[in-house]
Amino acid sequence: MAPVFDYAPAPESRSVVDIASSYGLFIDGEFTEAADGKVFKTVSPSTEEVLSEVAEAGEADVDRAVKAARKAFEKWSALPGSERAKYLFRIARIIQERSRELAVLETLDNGKPIRETRDADIPLVAAYFFYYAGWADKLDHAGYGADPRPLGVAGQVIPWNFPLLMLAWKIAPALATGNTVVLKPAETTPLSALFFADICRQAGLPKGVVNILTGDGRAGAALVAHPDVDKVAFTGSTAVGKQIARTVAGTRKKLTLELGGKGANIVFDDAPIDQAVEGIVNGIFFNQGQVCCAGSRLLVQESIHDELLDSLKRRLTTLRLGDPLDKNTDIGAINSAQQLERITSLVEQGEAEGAERWSAACELPENGYWFAPTLFTGVTQAHTVARDEIFGPVLSVLTFRTPDEAVAKANNTPYGLSAGIWTEKGSRILAVANKLRAGVVWSNTFNKFDPTSPFGGYKESGFGREGGRHGLEAYLDV
Amino acid sequence: MSSTAPHALSDVTASDGTLRRFLHGLPGVDAVGLEARAASLGTRSIKTTAKAYAIDLAISMVDLTTLEGADTPGKVRALGAKAVRPDPTDRTAPATAAVCVYPDMVATAKEAVAGSTVKVASVATAFPAGRAPLSVKLADVREAVAAGADEIDMVIDRGAFLAGNYLKVHDEITAVKEACGTSARLKVIFETGELSTYDNIRRASWLGMLAGADFIKTSTGKVAVNATPANTLLMLEAVRDFRAQTGVRIGVKPAGGIRTSKDAIKFLVLVNETAGEDWLDNHWFRFGASSLLNDLLMQRQKLATGRYSGPDYVTVD
Repeated sequence: MAPVFDYAPAPESRSVVDIASSYGLFIDGEFTEAADGKVFKTVSPSTEEVLSEVAEAGEADVDRAVKAARKAFEKWSALPGSERAKYLFRIARIIQERSRELAVLETLDNGKPIRETRDADIPLVAAYFFYYAGWADKLDHAGYGADPRPLGVAGQVIPWNFPLLMLAWKIAPALATGNTVVLKPAETTPLSALFFADICRQAGLPKGVVNILTGDGRAGAALVAHPDVDKVAFTGSTAVGKQIARTVAGTRKKLTLELGGKGANIVFDDAPIDQAVEGIVNGIFFNQGQVCCAGSRLLVQESIHDELLDSLKRRLTTLRLGDPLDKNTDIGAINSAQQLERITSLVEQGEAEGAERWSAACELPENGYWFAPTLFTGVTQAHTVARDEIFGPVLSVLTFRTPDEAVAKANNTPYGLSAGIWTEKGSRILAVANKLRAGVVWSNTFNKFDPTSPFGGYKESGFGREGGRHGLEAYLDV
Repeated sequence: MSSTAPHALSDVTASDGTLRRFLHGLPGVDAVGLEARAASLGTRSIKTTAKAYAIDLAISMVDLTTLEGADTPGKVRALGAKAVRPDPTDRTAPATAAVCVYPDMVATAKEAVAGSTVKVASVATAFPAGRAPLSVKLADVREAVAAGADEIDMVIDRGAFLAGNYLKVHDEITAVKEACGTSARLKVIFETGELSTYDNIRRASWLGMLAGADFIKTSTGKVAVNATPANTLLMLEAVRDFRAQTGVRIGVKPAGGIRTSKDAIKFLVLVNETAGEDWLDNHWFRFGASSLLNDLLMQRQKLATGRYSGPDYVTVD
């Protein structure tokens, strides 16, 4: 037999990023220890290697950071928009210049493949800063009245699935509109936010405009509850989002929430099959499925179910799982042991409830947190795997017979963040998209992001929009 | 005319109507998605041992081609010698798959590669326009086969295809296949640049396979747009699906415009991850190229010596 075309390892160099052994909190333009001296470790999910030790913010630190942001707000909000734009453009350019370093860092800390950080995350991070830099001096023309005013201090809490991209989604519009921020990155992925703090210093951003507090949920809760925070923005789980909503209820704080999802990816029988297969793969296996807008429910027209599933399974066997720093890796590590446990337990529940499990045959590395691309067939609306957000590389396959049934099933979820439609018929795309209750509906593509396009949810997927002109509203007094 | 289509699809070619319905019932192609997939496969990083393997594989898949009005027996002999022994300084370099010449040069080419594994392919059927009566095309093919051609590269009648006369194109391919007899394999050239849409390329691919092509080939190399990663990916999907449906395996040959090792390796990645690794063999995949070989040889020398030598260290033809 002829030798197989076995791709030799092509690892990206780690030497482009210099991770310090410890990091402090970034408050008022300086790195500082936590008031009570507490620290925690951040590990690389693909190897379980400890990358660094970071300070754990307590209530006193939250208070310090909010005060710094409050003080900086006076000058920052008084700057002409064109001046604020200069800083944002500068930050965007530094991100581009340091893109390789940031991509490697994000891959180390998060576990996602370098292909994604290099080709998707970091370019989008720069794009969001460029986009909102462009708005900073045009707020009068954004449709929110003449001379709309910023809100004040924004307390922002972001998740671990797209650490730097979510930071960009939060910080770029906040700064463009004249707010100052205190941001808490996720406990398992604090490093890129700390590197961003360094970028702020490199850009000469005035002290206190951006403050970064590393820590766990308690720091986030303290930030959200702080009386001098004017605006709370959160991306993360629906459960935490509900807690935040309760905390903020009855206060003057403005709130936006980007929460969970259980996106439906609807494939009609006249779809471009090969491209639909790619879209399904991109919809659920991008970032190991740890995407709130993932297309985690595949709704296939019954007449092409078998054909499509054959194609999909064949395609999944070509996915390459392993070292996320290897440029040929498609599937990286699950972000944490805790998340892996959640995925595993939901998959076991799916099997116990009688759905048929199929996993791609791939060898899982010994260390680190891994889960093979998996799909469930024979799933109905009553199965847990069709209802709960798994937040992992697990696809549930359901069928439908008519467009109405597809719409009914797609909407039959407590969530409403994203959906996809695959068909060659343009009129059907428009007709179905109008009936889907989801913040984003992609047609003949999936998981595509652009700073000009607003993103947000219906129902338990949250409220408020990020990105686009609409994204400005969350940070303006309108 | 009796149908050569595999049994599972034998009634598809019963009439113009059934053939049209079948071809238009094939899944559509979303151009954006197809090109994105081809581009994403192009970012695979092929290094060290994988690169050495890919370069040798690519060399063994080259149909070393000269299709000029100015071709002489001397030029064809030189080409044949190069096909047999591409790198005179390194005998471990594999021979190419074939030399591809005009029909009048087949006998010369055959002599030049005698005793080697190198095949002789000939572009018959009024290449490259294909605008001649069927009788002339068939005569062209018969002459080439009689002169010893192992492979015939035929162009389809793009005019008939674009006019929707699918059965005419089908019957012409079937007739040429018959003229090839049992000794020559038939490569059917669609001239994808003239078919204009990806949907057309998919239909042409199925039409060619139904009519008995042994290979489907992108282009003549004589128009502005020849082989691209996207149209080759599409044809690889077609042969993959055809095999799944009929059990019959068909080869794929991108031709024209593939000039560098880097490009060639990207095509091999497409083959590996689309049709599958058992297509990675010169019986099932070819490159129609002339200048590609020298770049492959230079890259090969660089891998062997660690230094890049330059164009004077490979032969001009």
